[in-house]
Amino acid sequence: MDTYEEILNEVIALLTPLAPPGRRVAEDTDFVADLEFDSLKVMGFVEKVEDRFDISVPLNLLPDIRTVRDFVVQLQRLLGER
Amino acid sequence: MAIFDKFRALAETRRALAASGIDSIHVVMDRVVSATEAFIDGRPVILAGTNNYLGLTFHPDCIAAACEAVRTLGTGTTGSRVANGSYAAHEQLERDLASFFGRRGVIVFSTGYVANLGMLSTLAGPGDVFVIDADCHASIYDGVRLSGAEILRFRHNDPEDLDKRLRRLGARVENAILVVEGIYSMWGDRAPLAEIAAVKRRYPGALLVVDEAHSLGVLGERGRGRAEEAGVEADVDFVIGTFSKSLGAIGGYSASDHPELDLIRYANRPYVFTASPSPAIIASTRTALRILASQPGLRERLWENSRRLYGRLKGLGFLLGPEPSPIIAVRFAKREEAHAAWRRLMEHGVYVNLVLPPATPDGGSLLRCSVSAGHSPEQIERIGDAFERLAG
Repeated sequence: MDTYEEILNEVIALLTPLAPPGRRVAEDTDFVADLEFDSLKVMGFVEKVEDRFDISVPLNLLPDIRTVRDFVVQLQRLLGER
Repeated sequence: MAIFDKFRALAETRRALAASGIDSIHVVMDRVVSATEAFIDGRPVILAGTNNYLGLTFHPDCIAAACEAVRTLGTGTTGSRVANGSYAAHEQLERDLASFFGRRGVIVFSTGYVANLGMLSTLAGPGDVFVIDADCHASIYDGVRLSGAEILRFRHNDPEDLDKRLRRLGARVENAILVVEGIYSMWGDRAPLAEIAAVKRRYPGALLVVDEAHSLGVLGERGRGRAEEAGVEADVDFVIGTFSKSLGAIGGYSASDHPELDLIRYANRPYVFTASPSPAIIASTRTALRILASQPGLRERLWENSRRLYGRLKGLGFLLGPEPSPIIAVRFAKREEAHAAWRRLMEHGVYVNLVLPPATPDGGSLLRCSVSAGHSPEQIERIGDAFERLAG
């Protein structure tokens, strides 16, 4: 379950309930600009993803993640390292 | 984007706060009368937002020791201990602390923030992993970031989540350093340290760092902090703490049994490149430590005051942290509500801390009270009365 597409679909499924009502979540969605996430929301979302995939996402990666695509690329790498 | 554009949002927040009357992050105490009383805007207030847990800032012995040190050693050291030399008193304080904690060695730092910055940034480097409690203080976040190590967060006070994260590290766990606090500064809740130490024991090679900033002199039979209270001091590799709370001065320390502590001292940039604590600070801290160690009655009074205020506020229906503690945080859902309550408390002569997001752990706003052994029963009543007027 480690292909890019599969991870992307899981991430979108986890993210959609946290997005502002009616906001579409896709590969190019920007966490701050499109979803108005603050650091608290980002951390809550990251915890859900960590539980789902049984991985830990280092805080060091977060400053470089702007879009869903950026996040999925990092998740795929972390899952590959397991 | 120009350099200063990033400050626009902050400028807006500052303008709004200033327009609302008293500016909560720019409070000026015109005069400080005692460990628990000051004048703000010409009005006498009870200080219930100071971290002065044992009320030692005006203790006559601490003042006398500081005055004597100024007269005999001067106002400042004017340099770093590595480049410009130590004073004998620096080393005496390190020996005092080592003996108090029953540890092999101690390093004294110029502030508590610098102690965390220095110890954490030096202990680990690229290839190592920090696993820190999500609610850790900013100085811990800054220290681990400066180290260049990987940083993982575990859910606040959740040993099971910590265990999960250590398991996921596989063989890398022997390069892991766990960081927690004894008492957390926002809600005043204690770390489940016995459980955390048990998790640590399952992963040989992992180290445990405990920041006892808010628990030194507050917890434990001898006042050594949360690790002493939980009976797990042997599992703690490095204790970090501050002189600016229960000891009533400013400065920080780390205590450890690891012989490498002395090497950490010389590799520690925030230690090497900062001026050392001034003689008056060292002298009052040594005296305060003796008082802390020899007068357990102060700790009892602190807890009596804390339990009384916590019970009173709980009875008034305020939403508080999970357990009585010298830090009593009252939660408000809206920042405007918290700010208005803070102003009314000030009008009723009680100073507490207003903590707004993003500094709060869960996005709410807090009125954070800190209780002192120096508060009289009558002052505790008056703090409770002021809150009662908010509720009514």
